Amino acid sequence: MWGDMAATLSLVIVSLAGLALVVFDAFNNRHVATPWIAGLALLAGFIFEIVGLGGPEGTAYSDMLRTGGSAAFVNALVLGSGVLTVILSVPYLKKIGHNIGEVYALILFATVGMLVLGAANNLIAVFVGLETMSICLYILTGFVRSESGSAESALKYFLLGAFSTGFFLYGIALLYGATGTMDFSAMKAGVEDGGGVMFWGGVSLLLVGFLFKVSAAPFHMWTPDAYQGAPTPIAGFMATASKTAAFGALIIILYKALPTERWTDVLAVFAVITMVVGNIIALSQQNVKRMLAYSSIAHAGYVLVGLSSGLVEGYSGALFYLMVYVIMNIGAFGVVALLEWDGKEGSEQTLDSLAGVGYRKPLLGWAMVVFMFSLSGFPPLAGFLGKWAVFAPAVDAGLVWLAIIGVLASAVSAYYYLRVLVVMFMKTETEASSKLADSFTIPRSSAAVIVLCVILLFVFGLTTSVIELTDGFFQSGSVATVLGP
Amino acid sequence: MDPELLIELVILLPLLGAAFNGLLGLFQPAHRTREKLIGTVATAMVAIPFLIAVYLFATFDGEAIVATVFTWMAAGDLTVNFAFRIDQLSLLMTMIITGVGGLIHLYSTGYMHGDDGYWRFFAYLNLFIFAMLNLVLGNNLVVLFLGWEGVGLCSYLLIGFWYKDLKNSAAANKAFIMNRIGDFAFLMAMFILFREIGALDFDSLLAGASSMDQSSINWAVLLLFIGATGKSAQIPLFTWLPDAMAGPTPVSALIHAATMVTSGLYLLARLSVIVLSAPVIMTVIAVVGALTALVAATIAITQNDIKKVLAYSTISQLGYMFLATGVGAFYVAIFHVMTHAFFKACLFLGSGSVIHSMHHVEHELAKDGHGHELDAQDMRTMGGLGKYMPATRMTFLISTLAIAGIPLFSGFFSKDEILFKAFEFGYDGHLVGWLVYGVGIVTALLTAVYMTRAYVLTFEGEERWPHADTIHPHESPWSMTTPLWILAGLAAVGGLVGIPAVIAHGDLNWIHHFLAGDQAPVAEYAVHGHVPVALEWGLIAFSSLIALFGVGLAWKWYSTEGPAFDEKLSARFGGLYRLWKGKYFVDEAYDRAIVRPLIGGAIHGLAPFDKYVVDGLVNFVGFFTRGASFTLRYIQTGIVHSYAAAIVFGVILLGWLMLS
Repeated sequence: MWGDMAATLSLVIVSLAGLALVVFDAFNNRHVATPWIAGLALLAGFIFEIVGLGGPEGTAYSDMLRTGGSAAFVNALVLGSGVLTVILSVPYLKKIGHNIGEVYALILFATVGMLVLGAANNLIAVFVGLETMSICLYILTGFVRSESGSAESALKYFLLGAFSTGFFLYGIALLYGATGTMDFSAMKAGVEDGGGVMFWGGVSLLLVGFLFKVSAAPFHMWTPDAYQGAPTPIAGFMATASKTAAFGALIIILYKALPTERWTDVLAVFAVITMVVGNIIALSQQNVKRMLAYSSIAHAGYVLVGLSSGLVEGYSGALFYLMVYVIMNIGAFGVVALLEWDGKEGSEQTLDSLAGVGYRKPLLGWAMVVFMFSLSGFPPLAGFLGKWAVFAPAVDAGLVWLAIIGVLASAVSAYYYLRVLVVMFMKTETEASSKLADSFTIPRSSAAVIVLCVILLFVFGLTTSVIELTDGFFQSGSVATVLGP
Repeated sequence: MDPELLIELVILLPLLGAAFNGLLGLFQPAHRTREKLIGTVATAMVAIPFLIAVYLFATFDGEAIVATVFTWMAAGDLTVNFAFRIDQLSLLMTMIITGVGGLIHLYSTGYMHGDDGYWRFFAYLNLFIFAMLNLVLGNNLVVLFLGWEGVGLCSYLLIGFWYKDLKNSAAANKAFIMNRIGDFAFLMAMFILFREIGALDFDSLLAGASSMDQSSINWAVLLLFIGATGKSAQIPLFTWLPDAMAGPTPVSALIHAATMVTSGLYLLARLSVIVLSAPVIMTVIAVVGALTALVAATIAITQNDIKKVLAYSTISQLGYMFLATGVGAFYVAIFHVMTHAFFKACLFLGSGSVIHSMHHVEHELAKDGHGHELDAQDMRTMGGLGKYMPATRMTFLISTLAIAGIPLFSGFFSKDEILFKAFEFGYDGHLVGWLVYGVGIVTALLTAVYMTRAYVLTFEGEERWPHADTIHPHESPWSMTTPLWILAGLAAVGGLVGIPAVIAHGDLNWIHHFLAGDQAPVAEYAVHGHVPVALEWGLIAFSSLIALFGVGLAWKWYSTEGPAFDEKLSARFGGLYRLWKGKYFVDEAYDRAIVRPLIGGAIHGLAPFDKYVVDGLVNFVGFFTRGASFTLRYIQTGIVHSYAAAIVFGVILLGWLMLS
């Protein structure tokens, strides 16, 4: 018991901090210490996971959770994303006048769900983590109750989330019926005669749940509405951390629990649909947050390209891609959060309102240049290396056509990413946009986060050491299955 | 000291100098006027490598040293190291480049005094030295090509140095484009060699040459030669070099006479083993070289611009060197590269000194309000300058005698060796040998004539500029005359390293032993039938007489009648003279046959194609994609039912794909 706790110290810290915050907030509403507690708890967890990155892999809580290895990597991404989100949220929530303490507690609880999801070693754990995360995110999406758009998007998110959960749960049931186990490693061994309709049907329904959470088309419909209605830094958190955790679990299931057949082609088809739909619809978006939402859909498609290779290089490339994706999007959503002016969480703000802002706020402008170029996959930024890491395994697996579609799709994406820069730097200022640029000063904490993201994109664009690290997670043949504590 | 470290220093110092002057000048406008500092740094960054090269030369023990700095690229079967090679050939070239280059840097500190682009000039010049050293020191064709392109770039930058005059930019473009044509052939040659041999470093190339089939070798050597004609201004790619005189005169001396234009010869000498196994192409090389020598020499006779005379003379001398290469005498070509570097650099710098003082005359004329337009490079308005510029005159005279091939001056030894090798090649049973020997003799006569003409018109006779009685030119400062004297000294005695074989059985022919001896890098054609010693003496006497005759003839003509004698020549040769005067109308022919059809085709063919077909396709794709986007957008209705329907659709699709 104590050993398990020590092995999953980040989970314990964040859970306890979340509980403590609820109590603390009840007596000291809107206290300045609230975000500090949340941020420091997440940071402590982050440091714990980073330290454990190179360590041996193992399991905890009767094989329910994995520790070390890829679990530590995914958890570190989730926790890092959480830290940066908390830092970005403080000034933002003050600006929109909803600086309430529950938000931070909810971020912590959502993170707990993600940690369980990303480290799950058992379908039950996956489900518990997924639901813990989702319920917190529903509330976070709609917590600005006075705003009807916010409430609407939360409700949509919740209804569709519940719908997909049904499929997911049914999938788990079928898989249990077919194999008699919920443990990942045992499941592969339990597949008889290449599985039957029951097994593969279960896999299908399980994938529906995951594809919904990572917003792959055609399960993506909730994404633009939810991001648009959610407070912008929270949207960034949803786009990055929740997807990372869901992908982390999916990768491990594909790697450990399923035989490598059938699903590779299926995922390839959904990767194509997702990349095409995400990129094409993003072209015509006027609202920046919706554009970023469709962009995040497209990026889920890129990750699926790596997964559909069915190779370990694809899994490790996907993990690397997720890291890059987190950095790019936290930064981009951070910039957008600062540039918001409509008081409705940017849900009605068009891209044109940013005309010429790049010159008035050079830090935000140039940071956006880096984020947009990285998102569209320009060398030497990390976005380029990330795309290489997921497309190259697909080519190795013979899915050349898939990689070509991926590259073409990212060529399309350059249009809408670069349009942001065109508007910010090449359009003449309007009265509204100059007023916007003069209306605020960039908080130092936000500036630090944005600069950090920019630096990391350059650093990870020039070194492949992280890819070597993620490669190592899948090199041991089968992940160490330490039985019971 | 460690030679590998030293050779890296030799390469790096000029680059440092270029970076120092270039970057400081770019970002620190105050730096631009510090002429003393700029000039000193730039000159030192070439002079120090020269001293190092001399040290390396003195301690060189005959074993080639390869210094690998790092692995440049490794992809599949191809591994290219950033490696440098110290051997006889590269050491000699390095000493020429840094030695002559250093003197020209020193000269430039005086010549460029007061120019707004002083810092830029020296940054480019240092960069050129860096690129040129890469070219001659590289241990594989890729590093060589890096230098090859680098010198082309620097040449472009320096020809167009005074870029505000459109004419200069046009000349720079012409040089660059013609060089690119040659570069393309060079690249092709590299591809063939890599395909056949699988490596690009010189050791593997020379060792693997014997395993290549004949047609591949022929193609490779032909393409290498075409590459060389671009860089070394041979037929058909020679027309850029006269135009390149638009650059400052020290540039003409360094790049367009002494170093860069000889890189084609270096390339062929470096790969002499491969060239020797393509005898058919060698014939082509010899004929093209001889023709170029003759054509350029005839044009040189008719030119009135002092730099143009020297430019055509350079082309002609380069033709000589290719002629030598074509008869398998690679070391002689390099020998002539060396002596030519001495006397031609001296001649160019001397002409620069003349132009410098004629600018002074022009300036005085304008100041006195005489209102005369004066072309500072036109020899018809010079004359009698020897009185005012004794040092320039003396050095110019020595170099003129050297290039004319007057016995015991440097040019005599190298040129005579070339002619003798051609003769010997013919004696050995190759008809082409006789042919190019004949052309070579005629060219030697012409060379003596046009160079004497240039000297006499410039320095002897009457002063011909307006108001010559009151306005006097003056001698150039010490920074310009010192390099002149040193180069003139070398032009006088530099030939002694290659005493012909008739004396002491060739034991005194040091350069032969050094470049082409045992374990030396340059191969040579193995002669079967040796020319009798008496005949060899006869040949030497013959070519000496030819040179003396040419000098005497031209002296007689031009010292008495001045530029007016050109009229007589014109009358005497008629249509032929007009052909020479018109430079064989090659520029016009290229313009009609290639440039205008290309531009016309671009305007009437490619531009509309680009506008309607290419742009049309691109716009259509963009239009289509945007259209698709605006249509697909409506799927997102905002109604939860339709979202759920989409999920159901996805579930059915997924299940069908998985279970079917």
